[in-house]
Amino acid sequence: MNASDSFDCATEEVRTTNTVATSRVIPIGNAAPPVLKQRGQREVFCGLTGIIWLHRKIQDAFFLVVGSRTCAHLIQSAAGVMIFAEPRFATAIIDERDLAGLSDANDELDRVVTRLLERRPDIKLLFLVGSCPSEVIKLDLSRAASRLSRQFDNSVRVLNYSGSGIETTFTQGEDACLASMVPPLPAASVDAPAALMVVGSLADVVEDQFARTFAALGLGPVSFFPPRRSTALPAVGPNTRYILAQPFLADTARALEERGATRIPAPFPLGVEGTTAWISAAAASFGISNATVLSVTKSARERAAAAVSRLRLKLEGKRIFFFPDSQLEIPIARFLSRELGMQLVEVGTPFLHRQHLEQELAMLPTETQLSEGQDVERQLDRCFASNPDIVVCGLGLANPLEARGLTTKWSIELVFTPIQGYEQAADLAELFARPLLRRQLLAA
Amino acid sequence: MQLTVWTYEGPPHVGAMRVATAMKDVHYVLHAPQGDTYADLLFTMIERRSARPPVTYTTFQARDLGSDTAELFKMAAREAYERFQPKAMLVGASCTAELIQDDPGGLALALNLPIPVVPLELPSYQKKENWGAAETFYQIVRKLAKPRAVPKEATAKPSCNILGPSALGFRHRDDVREITGLLERLGVTVNVVAPLGASPDDIARLSEADFNVVLYPEIGMQAASWLTKNFSQPSTKTIPLGMRATREFVAEVAALAKIDAAEFLNTAEADTARAPWYAKSVDSTYLTGKRVFVFGDATHAIAAARVAHEEMGFKVVGIGTYSREFAREIREASKRYDVEALITDDYLDVEAKVQELQPELVLGTQMERHIAKRLGIPCAVISAPVHVQDYPARYSPQMGFEGANVLFDTWVHPLMMGLEEHLLGMFRGDFEFHGESGPSHLGHATPAPLPSSEVAMAHAAAVEAEIAIATAQLVPPESFEVTAVPPPVKPSGPATWDAVAERELAKIPFFVRGKARRNTERYAAEHSIDLITLETLYDAKAHFAR
Repeated sequence: MNASDSFDCATEEVRTTNTVATSRVIPIGNAAPPVLKQRGQREVFCGLTGIIWLHRKIQDAFFLVVGSRTCAHLIQSAAGVMIFAEPRFATAIIDERDLAGLSDANDELDRVVTRLLERRPDIKLLFLVGSCPSEVIKLDLSRAASRLSRQFDNSVRVLNYSGSGIETTFTQGEDACLASMVPPLPAASVDAPAALMVVGSLADVVEDQFARTFAALGLGPVSFFPPRRSTALPAVGPNTRYILAQPFLADTARALEERGATRIPAPFPLGVEGTTAWISAAAASFGISNATVLSVTKSARERAAAAVSRLRLKLEGKRIFFFPDSQLEIPIARFLSRELGMQLVEVGTPFLHRQHLEQELAMLPTETQLSEGQDVERQLDRCFASNPDIVVCGLGLANPLEARGLTTKWSIELVFTPIQGYEQAADLAELFARPLLRRQLLAA
Repeated sequence: MQLTVWTYEGPPHVGAMRVATAMKDVHYVLHAPQGDTYADLLFTMIERRSARPPVTYTTFQARDLGSDTAELFKMAAREAYERFQPKAMLVGASCTAELIQDDPGGLALALNLPIPVVPLELPSYQKKENWGAAETFYQIVRKLAKPRAVPKEATAKPSCNILGPSALGFRHRDDVREITGLLERLGVTVNVVAPLGASPDDIARLSEADFNVVLYPEIGMQAASWLTKNFSQPSTKTIPLGMRATREFVAEVAALAKIDAAEFLNTAEADTARAPWYAKSVDSTYLTGKRVFVFGDATHAIAAARVAHEEMGFKVVGIGTYSREFAREIREASKRYDVEALITDDYLDVEAKVQELQPELVLGTQMERHIAKRLGIPCAVISAPVHVQDYPARYSPQMGFEGANVLFDTWVHPLMMGLEEHLLGMFRGDFEFHGESGPSHLGHATPAPLPSSEVAMAHAAAVEAEIAIATAQLVPPESFEVTAVPPPVKPSGPATWDAVAERELAKIPFFVRGKARRNTERYAAEHSIDLITLETLYDAKAHFAR
């Protein structure tokens, strides 16, 4: 119905309730291109999907989704995660008896949690994860969490957050999870020395690399949040300076600031340039000079740049189209455009956090078409019309696009693969080079 | 509330998607929040479909809840009609939308679309995927099937419909090809296959067939019953899974079609099907009495148990299903094998059962494949839920004569071959051909055996662990400190093994070790023996000798 896109200078997201597909184009700044905003079907995961990597990251935590069979089926299907013998997640499936009030949902929840913790006494942190149905029936999981925490005599900490699709998109589930962990963080004293907190789940190997770099710079103390074990929660206070390792952590950042922490603004550590800028920002905040950073990181930088430049031969000039998915789209697009010479046809993101992405946005080519939110049908129309060399999209769209002759990269892999830091810069580029190479091989 | 680690079936609207995606010119407008779009990947990734499922989701958000989600639904339905131009539209709600009670059916009817609209009421908090598929297919048939316009010509060949195959089914694609070919060679015309590949126009002419072949009762039975009642079309009851069932199926079809199948059943096709001969050949002697556990949807589980018992010479030690709707049929079947039926959709119950029974082969779903893998038991998949591996590139039906051949190959493949089994029994300590190795034709790398002193130490460690588990049971729980928590390993008997007996047990090849342990412990329990010695082990062996 609404085929024409309107132009508007409002920065507030358009909230029309009586149309499915409205769209507006909103400029993000003087030099920046306008952001296309459309409303229609959003082909994205909900925040529950974050459990797939979070339950591996925090090794003594268990994620109990309070939801429907759909929630259980989603987590099971989303990543083909059945490789784990006994996963540290499960679903408490709400049934008609709970809805009809025949059983008290809170009693039921207590029963399920008790059974669960009896089976898994190794669990030290239990997340009750809200879902669409639990939100709609207004099941108060925060009250349940504090009740259960008391009941288990604080031997198990019980927290809650919502990963529901009506409130969170994909990686926002991690944001909600981490935000829920902020209030229990121990308080650092007011006169504690300045400390760095790296915020956002990173692969352990990446975390170790960053830790070595910070140590070589003489920067410390450094903590990583979330920690690998829930019993090692980092302290937070007015002398905590945090740096985001992931671009989707709006609520976590806000919660940390409420605890007195201050954000170190930086681009994200993707690609050689992004990693250097990210480390430099942290270093500068601790009074370490850029020269020191450049000398400490010299060999890693040169190694990474050489590896990336080999991939540039394969990717330069190739046109790329991003469907919205993880919020990693903008930093990755920046890397692909500046270090690999790729052309950005459209960069979609489910949500655009202008403040956290300020430096990233400034680094994008001025003519970049950004889009926020989604009307998948019209976005597919644009994608077909622009006929890009490679499309970044979710699993539901990838094979249908391949079948129509487009080359695709599954966006979920960008979340599951170690891509941050120098040593992974070429790996990240390779994720985009491989589908192109494969198509070429099969066509030959 | 039910605590669920893995689920055998999705929600009922996924069943509706399986029907919509199987069909042509149908579009499903689903009132659902954004996360529910994950269901698309079931079809595009697991089944590798080259087109998106024909589904539009309203993807309402929290902020819409306070305003007009109903309007959002109407808009989505109208736009979906304009964009996709379907010949029929299904409308319904997923679990969350069911709670907000917008009545998608009523809203869609109010749009006055120029196509039939089928409203679906699928209670998400009560029912599951297969029920949803059956209900959807039934509603489509009810809405779109028309009585026969022109009477059938007397000279026309007998004809039937094939009902039940859907998208995301276990080998439905290949079964349809196999059974269609079988019927046609038998002289029966296939009028319509539905839902797989059928358009609304095809549904309208279902009544032109003389009878219905129901391949998958979980999905097709409800619609078939309606067709029997309204168009007097009888349906087949036999599922052509396995050689014998296929022959019975042919006989049943012949009776319904009023033709003589005797000649067909004596043709080269039926006679040269390889599975029966392979099962008879001496090489297969080692299959005799292999203990199998069968779990799946009811149709496949019942049929697999029969094939295992009658055509392979296995011993069925357990049978079960997650299809509660078909619990009665499974219980009936379980009587034939003198076992208790396991009716559950709780993966942990199934795991506990497999652990308890220690079968030599598991015939199950992708879930049981994981259980079996963990317990080191060979497994073949016979039923949905499916995995990308269940869509092989090659033609690989389960039904019909070729299907019986496929079953033989697929079930025998994971097992250790006969001669290999004997050699392992004879030369237990061979350094490169030992009881810990898997079947050699599967080529899984197995760790090189440890030097003998380490083997002894490993055995000693195993004994200690075993004793620790056994004694843990005797210690009051409050003093039992658990450090790492493994999956629920239930020690299967209260008796303790002495070190010598334990070492002897370790010499038994791994694929029969579980059974030997279980039998010995059962023997010990029955004879009130607390400590299992070498003597107990061999007493038990003699006691349970087949």
